[in-house]
Amino acid sequence: MDDGLGDGLDGFRRVQRLAYAIAEAVAAELRPGMTERDAARAMRVRAREQGVRDWFHLPFAWFGDRTAFTGFKVPLQFFPTGRRLEPGMPFILDMAPVHEGCTADIGYSGSLGPNPLQERLMADLREHRELILREVRERRPLRAIYQDVDRLMARQGYANRHRAYPFGVIAHKVDRVSDRRWSPRVAGFGTQALKGLASDALHGHREGWSPLWSPYRMSDHPPHPGLWAVEPHLGFRGTGAKFEEILVVTETDAYWLDDELPHVRRWSDADTDAVVSTAAVTGADTDAVTDTQTDAARGAGAAA
Amino acid sequence: MSGTEEQVRERFVTGGGGVRLCVAEYGDAELPTVLLLHGYPDSKEVWSDVAALLADRYHVVLYDVRGHGRSAAPEPLKGGFTLEKLTEDFLAVADAVSPDRPVHLVGHDWGSVQGWEFATVGRTEGRIASFTSISGPCLDHFGHWIRRRVRRPTPRRAAQVLGQGAKSWYVYALHTPVLPELAWRGVLGRQWPKLLARVEKLPADSYPTASLPEDAAHGAWLYRDNVRQRLGSPRPDAYAHVPVQLITPTGDAFLSERLYDDLERWVPQLTRRTLPAKHWVPRSRPNQLARWIADFVTAHEFGGGPGGTAAAGTAAAAVPGVRGKAGDGARQRFGGQLVLVTGAASGIGRATAFAFAEAGARVIAVDRDTEGAARTAELARLIGAPDAWPETVDVSDAEAMEKLAARTADVHGVPDVVVNNAGIGLAGAFLDTTPEDWKQVLDVNLWGVIHGCRLFGRQMVERGQGGHIVNTASAAAFQPSRALPAYSTSKAAVLMLSECLRAELAPHGIGVSAICPGIVNTPITGSARFAGVSEEEQDRRRARSARLYGLRNYPPEKVARAILHTVQRNTAVVPVTPEARGARLLSRLSPGALRAFARVDPPL
Repeated sequence: MDDGLGDGLDGFRRVQRLAYAIAEAVAAELRPGMTERDAARAMRVRAREQGVRDWFHLPFAWFGDRTAFTGFKVPLQFFPTGRRLEPGMPFILDMAPVHEGCTADIGYSGSLGPNPLQERLMADLREHRELILREVRERRPLRAIYQDVDRLMARQGYANRHRAYPFGVIAHKVDRVSDRRWSPRVAGFGTQALKGLASDALHGHREGWSPLWSPYRMSDHPPHPGLWAVEPHLGFRGTGAKFEEILVVTETDAYWLDDELPHVRRWSDADTDAVVSTAAVTGADTDAVTDTQTDAARGAGAAA
Repeated sequence: MSGTEEQVRERFVTGGGGVRLCVAEYGDAELPTVLLLHGYPDSKEVWSDVAALLADRYHVVLYDVRGHGRSAAPEPLKGGFTLEKLTEDFLAVADAVSPDRPVHLVGHDWGSVQGWEFATVGRTEGRIASFTSISGPCLDHFGHWIRRRVRRPTPRRAAQVLGQGAKSWYVYALHTPVLPELAWRGVLGRQWPKLLARVEKLPADSYPTASLPEDAAHGAWLYRDNVRQRLGSPRPDAYAHVPVQLITPTGDAFLSERLYDDLERWVPQLTRRTLPAKHWVPRSRPNQLARWIADFVTAHEFGGGPGGTAAAGTAAAAVPGVRGKAGDGARQRFGGQLVLVTGAASGIGRATAFAFAEAGARVIAVDRDTEGAARTAELARLIGAPDAWPETVDVSDAEAMEKLAARTADVHGVPDVVVNNAGIGLAGAFLDTTPEDWKQVLDVNLWGVIHGCRLFGRQMVERGQGGHIVNTASAAAFQPSRALPAYSTSKAAVLMLSECLRAELAPHGIGVSAICPGIVNTPITGSARFAGVSEEEQDRRRARSARLYGLRNYPPEKVARAILHTVQRNTAVVPVTPEARGARLLSRLSPGALRAFARVDPPL
């Protein structure tokens, strides 16, 4: 399995970048008054233009307090609605296209105009990205990592919103999907991809691991080699933020598939700005950046 | 204050019909002008406290309405007090004190009735930048309000009209000829200050001034010249051409809160505030008024744009959780107030700090966990608190609490709401509980609350402008249990302390409430101690109780909402979760059942 991925990683990296490029393009086109359905459709159309024919799941778009899944009781509520975008509103675009047999699953958070709260949430996600990678490398049981992420969220003052996903997963496995001419979808999920997940679940059940990284006993095992789409999702009083990207886990190591993603770039830009502006520390923004750095440093300290 | 009074400049301005008006000015005339207009039976000195508080930032102007204080009375009195003539007076004063720039108008009682006239007639357009109305409706709006209710009466509307009709008894009395003048110049004029001090609980000081009997006698013509005419045929076009801030005292004996229900029809840019106080708020709540006036003036000073209301609107859009009626009520009540919460780094305290922040309050987040308190303050600013500060204090440390109280009063002023929430958990049989365990739990759970009440209660009483203290007790305060003897004892003490303090502070207009949450999913389980068990067993029980609390999963946000409600309604004891309500009910109906339940050893 590991061998199969070794030379195929480029394909996953390509489709992940493609998906993020689509999300960024659609995000740039969002205007006040557009609905979630409009945004989801725009993603779908663009993906099709780029040659995407199959999906792990169809694009989701969440606006306003739906980014924090406020009042979500049944899975149907994840699907795009007629909620209209307003200035200052946060949004999340989430899609999982399959391209040339490789699956990506991405989540892009943003807001229409400045939203300092969501920016803060995004900045705080950095610590989660570092924590997850560090603990996977230590080969801690996935369930324990899940609980550590939970604790970090509580300390930050946020609610865990990935708990609202099916099975409460913070991540799930993604894999190659065979190219079929016809791949029907069930409730927005591609059958080919679901088939892969189901077969993983079956193998995992026999071998004692699960393709779904959940808070439950089924995830009480060390990280299983393969590609994991990791999606920590923070919520805070009606505002949510997440990222989703592929984590490559091998028998001995782990690394993020790609560091050239919008949220990662945003963090490194913030670092550069902070370095540039150390000469004149003024204004709240700079303070926020410095805070982030201290947070990150603290995280690193905890690791050591 | 006497220092500021020395800087008061008085002069006379000729108003409509050649009436000489006495005008007092505070502060630098280059600054934006705030014009404070008094009511009936008052003179401009009713505003002294508020004016002194505003004088460092604004050019504050007061004047005696014609026939009041040191202003001259018109000749003849009859027909000399119509709103048209009062408008001429206002324009004359405004032109004299701020010829180039519009003024920010604030009116109380009849000052507000006049203010509504100025804010809705065409003549004054461009001369007013904003209007803050306190306890005085627009007579035209009032006329329409009555008409709507009389023409289409429903039981509720009829009750509203009758209720206001009863509150307006003094208006009818003032319409009788000669008698009111006789009363004011006689016994009523002499007894008025004492009457006010007793009924309205106003500070007994140099106010009212010696001119009161004459002011009150003249002022009767305000009613006779305007009320019947305006209520009988209200203007159909009384739309406000300026942004209006409406401050409604909820304990006003003369005006129903319902009077302002239709106000959005008349005022495109309306900001509402509610204040738990009686009628004479310029004297009983000067600090709160000064803050709201200053905030409103600042928001509308530059360009007269939507300013403050727009800012509030965006905050609400960004935080959809607080939309709706409950959120509006909380924002009207807590906007700009100073709220101090202990134990604010996690759980109920943090959620409470956030709920107050969403309502627009300034928040002080106190906790012994520095990082957590800082985090709470930072997020509070992001969700709508105009400002928020963290404080690292252990509530059980008397000295540290005294320093906190002193620092708070110095830097931010006296808190309007204090939530003594910090607490720790301790479980285990009484015979296993060591004296150290007892000391620890009582130090935090009881002494922390005592220090908070003692220090901030004193500050509130000395300020004399009301306030509210909320103490977090627990359902364990009335539900005995063999598993939680120390914790329950500490919380029962908090409950009784709150009840006693409530009785003591009620005459000062300070409310005290005990909140009894019940089983709420907070980190208290993670830090709780279990007496008489080994370390591994400690951890196992912590994990187990955290899991049980997690399964119950009652969110601290709901407790926070209950706390805001409690303050708004000044409730004495508030059980929150259903099990807490049930236990409270049983403790009164059938304490035997609770005692039987107390014998159950919880499976941990």
